[in-house]
Amino acid sequence: MRDALNLALKEELARDNSVFLMGEEVAEYQGAYKVTRGLLEEFGPKRVIDTPITELGFAGLGVGAAMVGLRPIIEFMTFNFSILATDQIINSAAKMRYMSGGQFKMPLVFRGPNGSAYQVSSQHSQALESWYAYFPGLKVVMPSTPADAKGLLKSAIRDDDPVIFLEQERMYGMKGEVPDDDDFTIPLGVADIKREGKDATIIARSLMVPTALQAAEQLEKEGVSCEVIDPRTIRPLDIKTIIESVKKTNRAVVAEESHAFASVGAEITAQINEHAFDYLDAPVKRLSGADVPMPYAKNLEQMAIPDVAAIVAAVKEVSYM
Amino acid sequence: MDRPENSAPAISEDRDTMVKILHQMILIRRFEEKCAESYSLGKIGGFCHLYIGQEAVGVGAISALRPDDYVLTSYREHGQALAKGMPADAIMAELYGKATGCSRGKGGSMHLFDAGLGFLGGHAIVGGQIPLATGVAFATKYQETDQVTLCFFGEAAVNQGAFHESMNLAQLWKLPCIYICENNMYGMGTSLQRAMSFQNVALKSCAYEVASEAVDGMDVLEMRAAVQRAIKRAREQSLPTLLEARTYRYMGHSMSDPGNYRTRAEIEKYQERDPIKVFTNKLKEAGIIKDSDIAEIEAQVKEEVEHAAKFADESPLPDPQELYTDVYASPINLND
Repeated sequence: MRDALNLALKEELARDNSVFLMGEEVAEYQGAYKVTRGLLEEFGPKRVIDTPITELGFAGLGVGAAMVGLRPIIEFMTFNFSILATDQIINSAAKMRYMSGGQFKMPLVFRGPNGSAYQVSSQHSQALESWYAYFPGLKVVMPSTPADAKGLLKSAIRDDDPVIFLEQERMYGMKGEVPDDDDFTIPLGVADIKREGKDATIIARSLMVPTALQAAEQLEKEGVSCEVIDPRTIRPLDIKTIIESVKKTNRAVVAEESHAFASVGAEITAQINEHAFDYLDAPVKRLSGADVPMPYAKNLEQMAIPDVAAIVAAVKEVSYM
Repeated sequence: MDRPENSAPAISEDRDTMVKILHQMILIRRFEEKCAESYSLGKIGGFCHLYIGQEAVGVGAISALRPDDYVLTSYREHGQALAKGMPADAIMAELYGKATGCSRGKGGSMHLFDAGLGFLGGHAIVGGQIPLATGVAFATKYQETDQVTLCFFGEAAVNQGAFHESMNLAQLWKLPCIYICENNMYGMGTSLQRAMSFQNVALKSCAYEVASEAVDGMDVLEMRAAVQRAIKRAREQSLPTLLEARTYRYMGHSMSDPGNYRTRAEIEKYQERDPIKVFTNKLKEAGIIKDSDIAEIEAQVKEEVEHAAKFADESPLPDPQELYTDVYASPINLND
């Protein structure tokens, strides 16, 4: 996964001189998670820039640079630190085009890991996608495979709107085939059916996709055929693909690592109820992270994120098994 | 507060420039008076922050720029927008929430923009424009132009992290940005003394090794000269400057401010050094203008402001379809 992201960054830096990469430890240190490895050497310090620890400052700097024609990629070492920069992301990046009556493009990517990591406790392990997905003006992307990561990141960099690109620290080591074509992109706003099935639909994103696929495999052995849908882009949400699947399977489970309250899963559930209520054979089942700050202890941490067993149980519940 | 004791620069420039500066200052004063009137008539809604008293800061600073230089500022920006050359018609129409407004009626008083003229807003979170301006200066350096960026903010913004983070980045990366703190001594209703532990804004630059000056913000020529020095530093050495313009606003923080936190006597004391009066007297003493010239400027300005108000009045409201336009540059339509 990290190499796929690295390749996307490298190809887009090579393709367009107005693209630059900025963040904490992205250059000389080669990236806290090594996503930016080798980029300083290849593109030099003008385009691969180490920042001080000053999230509000460099996020706002990126927005200003985007207003006058550059295409910044701003890395947050983790999205936990983006909380310091939310004024610039929400009040400046998301709204500049609208409140100026369409005078500015905002070709800007904020990227970095989101969601749970391993045993880093409450302030370093949280999923923030529902925050950013709330705001018109932003696009929000969450890849779940190395190939998707490459194709979606390239599209995000080429997009003229601000994109929140949420990676997952636990997935940086994930293996998978990645096209090495320079022009391989995946359009934003298009969901992917990660596994076809006919009995129940599991809607999962980011870390929950591999978890859902494992659950589907296990359920297949028990005679339940699951369709796994990964929206990939959270805003705008390809609800159509989800609805079509639910109309076919008549059962839906929504799995997410984030907290349940006002979450993306809550939105997906509401939209399924709005658009496919008559097709449902059971209420939509939501699986979310525990409604607590993330604990440190390994056993408690494991309990705080939905796992394969929880998804299997949820599918059985909506199947009245 | 003490006024900096720079000796006032002699008038050594051409008459046209001086008359243009005076014209802009009077235009801003009369434009803002018209805004107050239109606001009380309900033609302007929301928040409306007037620039009366501070004209010398914006006009003096912007008069030193090249047309291709950039300006970013706060929500008290009608005056700076006029000084950057934005038409009074388009500004007034924006305040009236009309389709012909500079931001097509979507921004209002606090979000005036004109990308073509390099007027990059109109930002309404205190201090929010400071990192943005730093980024614009970063971009001009990256693009290897010699444009400079002016960033205006009030003294209350100096207490925000955004100011300090930007000062650090601007000097660390040697960015051609000129930060102008308009110290009008009140953050809304809270005086400087109640808000800032160390009240010399210019000296705060020492923490970042940024060059700085305190400037008499009631003297337009002082402002112009200080900004000219800062521009030289920015264009020739790609270095930032912090200017603290000591000024005073005559009106409330916004139109809804009753002003109970200061006395009439205090306001009158500052009005004795009214920036338009100071400059007019200087020009008259130097024999550059006569009373009849001033009357002519007043007449031109009156016509300009009346025209703007009429234009705004008669302009159409935004089309209802405009509600959903301009959210994205590349909208993804998922409803097909």
